[in-house]
Amino acid sequence: MATKLPKTDIVLVGVGWVGGIIAAELTKKGYKVVGIERGKERSTEDYFMAHDELRYADRKEMMQDLSKETLTFRHNTTQRALPYREWGSFLIGEGTGGSGEHWNGQTFRFLPYDFEIYSETVKRYGKGKIPKGMMLQDWGITYKELEPYFDKFDAMTGIGGEPNPLPGSPQVKYPNPPMLETPVTALFKSATKDLGYHPYHMPSNNLTQPYTNPDGIARSACQYCGFCERFGCEYGAKASPVVTVLPVAKETGNFEVRPHCVVRKVLHTNGKATGVLYVDTRTGEEFIQEADVVVVSAYQMNNIKLLLNSQLGRPYDPVTGTGVIGRNYAYQTYLGTAVGFFDKDFNMYAGAGALGAQIDDFNGDFFDHTDLDFLHGATIHITQLGDRPIANNHVPPNVPSWGKEFKDASVQNANRALIIKAQGASLPWQDNYIDQDPTYKDAFGDPLLRMTFNWKDQDRQLMKFMGEKCAEIMKQMGAKEVKMTGDEIGDYDIRNYQSTHNTGGVIMGADPETSALNSYLQMWDCENVFVPGASAFAQNSGYNPTNTVGALAYRAAEGIEKYLKTGGSLV
Amino acid sequence: MSEQKKKAPYLDKRSSRRTFIKNSGLTVGGVVLGGALGSLLGKDSSETNETGVHSAAAGVNFNQALMYFDKAQFDTIDAATEQIFPKTEVGPGAKELLVAYYIDHQLAGSFGLNSREYMTGPFFPAEAVPQQGYQTHLNRQQVFNLGITALNTEAAKKSDEKPKFANLTEEQQIEILKDFEADKVKLSGAVSSSFFFTLLRKVTIEGVYADPMYGGNKDMAGWKMKNFPGHQTNYMNVLEKDEFVKIAPMSLNSQHQH
Ligand SMILES: Cc1cc2nc3c(=O)[nH]c(=O)nc-3n(C[C@H](O)[C@H](O)[C@H](O)COP(=O)(O)OP(=O)(O)OC[C@H]3O[C@@H](n4cnc5c(N)ncnc54)[C@H](O)[C@@H]3O)c2cc1C
Ligand code: SF4
Repeated sequence: MATKLPKTDIVLVGVGWVGGIIAAELTKKGYKVVGIERGKERSTEDYFMAHDELRYADRKEMMQDLSKETLTFRHNTTQRALPYREWGSFLIGEGTGGSGEHWNGQTFRFLPYDFEIYSETVKRYGKGKIPKGMMLQDWGITYKELEPYFDKFDAMTGIGGEPNPLPGSPQVKYPNPPMLETPVTALFKSATKDLGYHPYHMPSNNLTQPYTNPDGIARSACQYCGFCERFGCEYGAKASPVVTVLPVAKETGNFEVRPHCVVRKVLHTNGKATGVLYVDTRTGEEFIQEADVVVVSAYQMNNIKLLLNSQLGRPYDPVTGTGVIGRNYAYQTYLGTAVGFFDKDFNMYAGAGALGAQIDDFNGDFFDHTDLDFLHGATIHITQLGDRPIANNHVPPNVPSWGKEFKDASVQNANRALIIKAQGASLPWQDNYIDQDPTYKDAFGDPLLRMTFNWKDQDRQLMKFMGEKCAEIMKQMGAKEVKMTGDEIGDYDIRNYQSTHNTGGVIMGADPETSALNSYLQMWDCENVFVPGASAFAQNSGYNPTNTVGALAYRAAEGIEKYLKTGGSLV
Repeated sequence: MSEQKKKAPYLDKRSSRRTFIKNSGLTVGGVVLGGALGSLLGKDSSETNETGVHSAAAGVNFNQALMYFDKAQFDTIDAATEQIFPKTEVGPGAKELLVAYYIDHQLAGSFGLNSREYMTGPFFPAEAVPQQGYQTHLNRQQVFNLGITALNTEAAKKSDEKPKFANLTEEQQIEILKDFEADKVKLSGAVSSSFFFTLLRKVTIEGVYADPMYGGNKDMAGWKMKNFPGHQTNYMNVLEKDEFVKIAPMSLNSQHQH
């Protein structure tokens, strides 16, 4: 029998970026918040031995323990879904701060076009442009409405960046200057300018100078240590929940984190949640934490799992295209790239998680799609993250992947290979979705999620187009040899890391028939449950998700406060 | 150094690093610690002597002993990894870098036992498409056992003397590894030879370049060969430079011992 605990105002399922933002905002207002977190409580001291490529990048020290819980995967409904047994395509964090501890900090806002993609597409090209099975829909909120929340996230984290020079793109004033210009970013910028494009420095959440945010949190600048993505920052220079929002929440005295505790279910009766059921994994005991509001902030994938396991919201049916939980799962179409081999050495071992330059000329609807066989696009970037030796073994075309020739080429090119990548939008399809697996279970006996996902011609054509653009730029940069990818994309491969930019499954919108949440991230079917996260995205864009996730979290915090005062549906 | 000291004269260089690490995620109302500190600390650690895992007095590397493999298995992997990452004019190969010891040590622990992987059945290795990834019920220790046995079975076919893989010529060894890579060999278990080969290649590269505390990358020679500086605290002064900056590598030992 689960032990009932005294009721609190708000209970959070997961204490990552979303949980941290909600906790800070509502505890500042005097509400009591309890954060249930499956992992340990993290602090900057944990990162003292951070520069260990094997431990963090290969053995995934900071990620969820897959032996306890994973998901299953298949390309289509005729295949048998099988468990994602070892980490590959995407990585899910655990511990306070969530993936916000070991992200890169590449921080972009989605475009006005993204939030109204259906209307914009129909307006410019007509309904016929949307292929059969593509589930484009508007988000029920506009960029303009989200702008103040983006500003809040930017100020809280201290983004460093410069305005995007592309005509028609949103003009953002960042609180800090951009990251360093390096010979690599400079070369990319001059080549793309020569080609008539509009390069700019990637907006970065690796702090570019000492900064005190509006909450009074002071942090030091990024040291460009070269161990950022998948690693914690020992300087606290990378914006993360542990060094920004969580200390603010704690300072109020209204916040309690319960680490090592896994939520299994949101409990509810008559369309209202009463609290959550969780297990303390150290004692094995079950508890019920009652609350006025439940916030599901467990990362995109786990958000879907929690709702399905709680029987909250109508599960999505891919045959009829009806139902909402599990609908519009999308990813990042990120396989169009060009590797260039140069005659000179660059200082590629050095870098930071969000040090890079890019162009947005081929993202969104900034270019005409009339004669193209895909919608949306990609941003094209070069980065200098710090090339670490286990991961980076680039060899020119036709060199084998082991043996003498490989060894010599991979060593000689260690600091001579540059990569341009196209981060492409992934659009939703009727048969790309998430539901519960009928066979496999997690450590508590609850069903795993089942992902049914594959690339479509839309993705293949987009990646080919973008791969060619990457190669064009690389040649312009003066590479003596160029290896392009994107022209031979087969089936989605879960073995190789691509990005942790999973989106959809609990999407927001204006219509309860086709969305799970309203524009405050409040569930249509259960008014005191809020589900902020990339799971709310109706489709993915050509950008990393977290700036938009952060803005939605601020929006949800405002909604929760309203709800606690007035009750009822906010829309 | 002197300039950095001037910038932050109130800091005692030795004691500062930990304090800094502790405070860098400052809470409300804390002191701002700027970038200069980081460079100061960087300097601090680069002054520390590298000692490594060797016992200087005896000239013995106590790490060179086996936790998992038997001697014959070790010899097989020592030979196979040397073909994957051979000694050339560019630098040392897997043998010299002690890659087989690294693999042995990894297999002995959680990696070899797949303790952080989802290993719950049912398993359908035959039905799985490659893009679904790891689908055998075997853990990595077991995959290595099967792979090593098969390397030697293939080797025995090369002549009437039934040689071991480690005793074949370079060409013969490469030939067998290519067959493994191309899935031309059958292992006597629920795993393919190409799966074993991919795993073997992966751990070979790890052993060449992982921090020397794991037993490979002997004396950081893997890093030196690639001009990788290992653990450094700061590259602010390097990044804007047009010319290539060579930095002597540091291991995490320097971080721990400082
Ligand atoms: C390697 C890597 C690099 C990335 N780089 C970038 C980047 O450069 N730019 C960008 O925009 N985005 C990046 N991301 C994505 C970014 O980290 C996420 O978008 C962001 O962290 C999402 O916030 P969240 O709060 O939804 O989830 P998280 O921050 O992951 O937090 C979720 C928390 O919930 C906890 N939890 C889950 N299930 C349960 C449960 N049942 N009970 C209790 N607790 C639970 C988890 O342990 C975790 O702490 C990256 C991600 C990774 C992994
Ligand atoms: S690159 Fe900068 S932000 Fe990233 S971990 Fe290193 S010091 Fe921190």
